[in-house]
Amino acid sequence: MTIDLRFDEPIVYPPDPDIPEELVAIVHTTRDEIVTWIAAAVGSLAATWLVYERLTPLSGGFGFLVFWWALFNVLTWYLARVQWGAVRAHDQVVRVWITSAAAIALIPLIAVIVSIATKGYHALSWRFLTRDMSSTSSSAPISQGGIGHAILGTLEIVGLATVISVPLGVITAVYLNEVGGRMARPVRMLTDAMSAVPSIVCGLFIYATLIQPGYVHLSGWAGALALSILMLPTVTRTTEVVLRLVPGGLREASFALGATDWRTTRSVVLPTARSGLVTSAILGVARVIGETAPLLLTIFGAFTFAGNPFGDRQEALPHFIYGQYQQSQGPGTPADLRMWSAALVLLFLVLFVFVTARFPTSRGYVFAGTATALFCLWRFESTSAAIGAPITLTLIAVSAMAVALAKRARRRSHSSKGVLV
Amino acid sequence: MSIDGGGLLLQAPAHYKFDDDVPMVVVTQRTAADELYRAGARAAGAITLGLMGLIGFFLLYRSREAFSSAGWRFFTEQRWSPPNAFGIAALLVGTIVIAVVALVVAFPIAAGTALYITEYAPLRVRRPLTSLVDLLAAIPSLIYGIWGAAVLSGRVANVSRFFADHFSWVRLPALQLSFWHWYRPFQTVSNAGFTASSMLAGIVVALMVLPICTAIMREVFSQAPQGERESALALGGTRWGVIRDVVLPFGKGGMIGGAMLGLGRALGETIAVAIIISPKFDIHSLLQPLQTGGNSIAAHIALRWPEQSAGGVPTSSLMAAGLVLFVMTLAVNMVASLVVARSRSGSATEI
Repeated sequence: MTIDLRFDEPIVYPPDPDIPEELVAIVHTTRDEIVTWIAAAVGSLAATWLVYERLTPLSGGFGFLVFWWALFNVLTWYLARVQWGAVRAHDQVVRVWITSAAAIALIPLIAVIVSIATKGYHALSWRFLTRDMSSTSSSAPISQGGIGHAILGTLEIVGLATVISVPLGVITAVYLNEVGGRMARPVRMLTDAMSAVPSIVCGLFIYATLIQPGYVHLSGWAGALALSILMLPTVTRTTEVVLRLVPGGLREASFALGATDWRTTRSVVLPTARSGLVTSAILGVARVIGETAPLLLTIFGAFTFAGNPFGDRQEALPHFIYGQYQQSQGPGTPADLRMWSAALVLLFLVLFVFVTARFPTSRGYVFAGTATALFCLWRFESTSAAIGAPITLTLIAVSAMAVALAKRARRRSHSSKGVLV
Repeated sequence: MSIDGGGLLLQAPAHYKFDDDVPMVVVTQRTAADELYRAGARAAGAITLGLMGLIGFFLLYRSREAFSSAGWRFFTEQRWSPPNAFGIAALLVGTIVIAVVALVVAFPIAAGTALYITEYAPLRVRRPLTSLVDLLAAIPSLIYGIWGAAVLSGRVANVSRFFADHFSWVRLPALQLSFWHWYRPFQTVSNAGFTASSMLAGIVVALMVLPICTAIMREVFSQAPQGERESALALGGTRWGVIRDVVLPFGKGGMIGGAMLGLGRALGETIAVAIIISPKFDIHSLLQPLQTGGNSIAAHIALRWPEQSAGGVPTSSLMAAGLVLFVMTLAVNMVASLVVARSRSGSATEI
């Protein structure tokens, strides 16, 4: 027996009284509006060319753009007014303003990344990333010396700052959100205020309390302490937000089972918020990894690999870049090239950390790992295949492992949420 | 059955009857671990509280030498040559000029971006756009500094020169120049007088305060009551009408608070300003942001730090400058947080 699956009549479901038949779209751009904008853009471009380039003795790309934009506004307003009246003409002009503001906000972001990348990549090489400046003067050609010691110093200093401020910040957030008390309000207010303390004041504070009396030498450790003060409010604030997202029902369920405060926090609240805690730590790192001013007052800088942050004077990437800026003799000189290359490395670190924080799922790792691997392939392949190939393979393996770990963590947090909620 | 970690007591209130709708009192006995946990959490809170006090105290303690050397002249003196004559007056003016330029540039862009994200952007663009604006905050100020000095400098100088050439007859203090002339279309002045200016520093600082202003404003705008928006649209209002009559009145407190938080950041910006400006100490010329030279307290500390020998009045004077900066940013941010908190609590709503 066969069943005929063809239906002559479409199945009509009875309308659900709770759902409106058609949602009204508020965000809606009509075809007329688009045509009006194109017309205004072309018309104002022509008029700008005529007036700005031909009739007045003005010139220059920036002025041209400003003139074009102003004329575009006028023309949009006029065309809208002719078609739809004054009220909608106002609406159109304001829309142009607001959209322009959003576009202007993104221009510097792209401009900074593009110009750092184009200026920095010429001098970048594997040797530059792994050597130090111990036997290189700042005017020596770029093929000598490198920033390996600065990268090492940055990793150690930021790592130490993280080790100090992440536990402290998380416990403070737990205090604010789970324990509470009379002190909570002032602590929250001062955490807010602390996030705005100028970074140089943190450096001054560490210098005044620890370095000047001689408790701590100028070293990576002092820099880490200064950075941890900067990092603390960021970690506290973001952790508090994450803890607030843990549903109250979970806590009540835990209490109802007879668990104490500590048990509830340890076994219910913190595990539920685990991925958020990682994010807050990473955001803290992103906040301080590029800070220069406190390091200027605390680490002093160095030219050689210095592995011990507690005893040695260390170099850090931002401090190195600032030093090269001061020694630079002008564009294209060795110090200038070193500055841009080191800035590119710093920017890459910052972007990597930011992407990891924003996309805690595997996507971020895939992105960063692929970008690194592609860059290495493209950049180091020509210099030395013997070194470049193993490094690239290792990077790919590490990123694959990171993806696997991230997926596991994700599955875990999902399953725990699924059970508990 | 024993429950690990603690005990739970259910106590019926006195004269408890089952038909009364009185909640039972739950008393949880605290264990030693529990007390330890609460004490530890309280201690962490106290550390944050104490840290701010310590920063203020130690800066004051280390700057007393400078204050006793300079006295009240510290707040009126423009020059900076410790241990003889030094004061914060010019630095203070320079700091405020840069912060005001930054705010004037950043405020409209931040407001526009926040409005675009909450009111105009298609839903699938909103999150990426928010991330990109936050990314602007993640880029280190050092990188903005070298970018501003190398790339932006010439362009801003061109614009500054244009204004100086053609608009110097506008007697605004901000554009006032040492010479006076009318529109001269063929004037060619070299850019030399317009590089490394407070204007350039202010624009670069604006990039750094833009994300925080945008974030605060976006948050406040997105909380504007949806019902009022829809009512305005239903009454035939345009989208600008909705913004003008619903979103902006609701978000006024947030806009002011966001701008002030940005101001607090702008006052304390160090390394970018230190890279860009060429320091000068004359209040009269500091008030002309288009011209070469500028100054700020934070940048001054960073630039002068290598010169000071450990201890003595020179170090102490920089500590004093740091103390002034600390107090100033703290005051601005406290007021800003209060304004933002009030607007968040919904007291701005009129229904």
